[in-house]
Amino acid sequence: MSKRIDARGLSCPQPVVLSAQQVVAGNLDFEIVVDTEVSCENVRRFLSAKGYRIARNEEDDGIVLRANRS
Amino acid sequence: MELFFASRRGVISAGAIIGIIAAVLQKLGNPGNMGLCMACFERDTAGALGFHRVGALQYIRPEILGILLGATLSAVAFKEFRSRGGSSVVVRFILGIFAMIGALVFLGCPWRAFLRLAGGDWNAILGILGLAAGVGIGAVFIRRGYSLGRAHPTAGSLPGWIMPALMLGLLALLVGGFGKLGPEVGDKAAARAPLLLSLAGGLVVGVLAQRSRFCTMGALRDIFIVRDLHLFCGVAAFTVAALLLNVAFGQFHAGWQGQPVAHAEHLWNFLGMTLAGLCFVLAGGCPGRQLILAGEGDNDSGIFVLGMIVGAGVAHNFGLASSPAGHGAFGPAAIAIGIVFSLVVGLTMIQRRRA
Repeated sequence: MSKRIDARGLSCPQPVVLSAQQVVAGNLDFEIVVDTEVSCENVRRFLSAKGYRIARNEEDDGIVLRANRS
Repeated sequence: MELFFASRRGVISAGAIIGIIAAVLQKLGNPGNMGLCMACFERDTAGALGFHRVGALQYIRPEILGILLGATLSAVAFKEFRSRGGSSVVVRFILGIFAMIGALVFLGCPWRAFLRLAGGDWNAILGILGLAAGVGIGAVFIRRGYSLGRAHPTAGSLPGWIMPALMLGLLALLVGGFGKLGPEVGDKAAARAPLLLSLAGGLVVGVLAQRSRFCTMGALRDIFIVRDLHLFCGVAAFTVAALLLNVAFGQFHAGWQGQPVAHAEHLWNFLGMTLAGLCFVLAGGCPGRQLILAGEGDNDSGIFVLGMIVGAGVAHNFGLASSPAGHGAFGPAAIAIGIVFSLVVGLTMIQRRRA
């Protein structure tokens, strides 16, 4: 089970900062939950630039972005 | 279109078109280097509602209404309208007040800082450096875990519709002949483009900024925090487009002295924008971005916008705002209080994150 980070309801740029913390920690497989398209775009752009592949999944909780880098 | 505006080319295109609209609105009658300015136009709107008594600064600026309502239209069309809020609202309100005070010491929001640069007003350089300083300080707080806390969906969508409804109410006042109490001519700061063109320009800006997430503060913040130039490219395109059109229209006048609705006190240009930049970064967006988010149903941005409108009243009623002659009597004191408040917010509102 990959780690899930809850970034819902957070202002810019906190979802990206939370993602960056995972990147710095060397986490290669995690999920981040956001609730706005803006956060989704920002996190996707940031993690893609860091070499992660992003899979998007709409759940009841919000938009779940699964980040994976192998 | 959805994917286009999320791209680098998208934000550059949106920025360039917004810059063109700003230069054209100035050509059509808006004040010098003030084709678009969130702080100035909210201040004029505050004046028109009687929140301050400066005769020349009393006009419900249609651009403000257009930008917020354009964002609402765009957000609804693209299914992004979400009524939400509840994140440290009083702090955001006060940040809005101090953001406006800082902007009125400089004489412009960040959008206008770049437009002033594009018009050859070199005093804008001090403002932009101040903005970068304020955003840089805020970036340090954000890296340390600064947060105003989470926003939550509201019970029903009514709260999200209040700001758009307020704008429609102001539009009704304007069309009904209220809200333009000041002189239409005679004072540079009172100049205005025709109402319908201002409104139309604002609507287009609102849609473009909503789609592209254009943000003048975020442009600098993302450089400091994640070394990302995405938003900065939009702001650069905005500035260059306005510059080119200003030259073409004969609106470019390089120099330090005698610039329209500006003063040449370097220290206060710098510190005014330092305070404003700090408030914007702590609240998560430049004043234009806050209007856009308020139009998308974000009550936290709505309260920041209302704070800025109240701040305009405070700034003019208590002698804090600058004029072309220089800083207001109590501007420096207000800047000091504002910076202390912002630093305390930034230093104390730290979310302890579980690893």
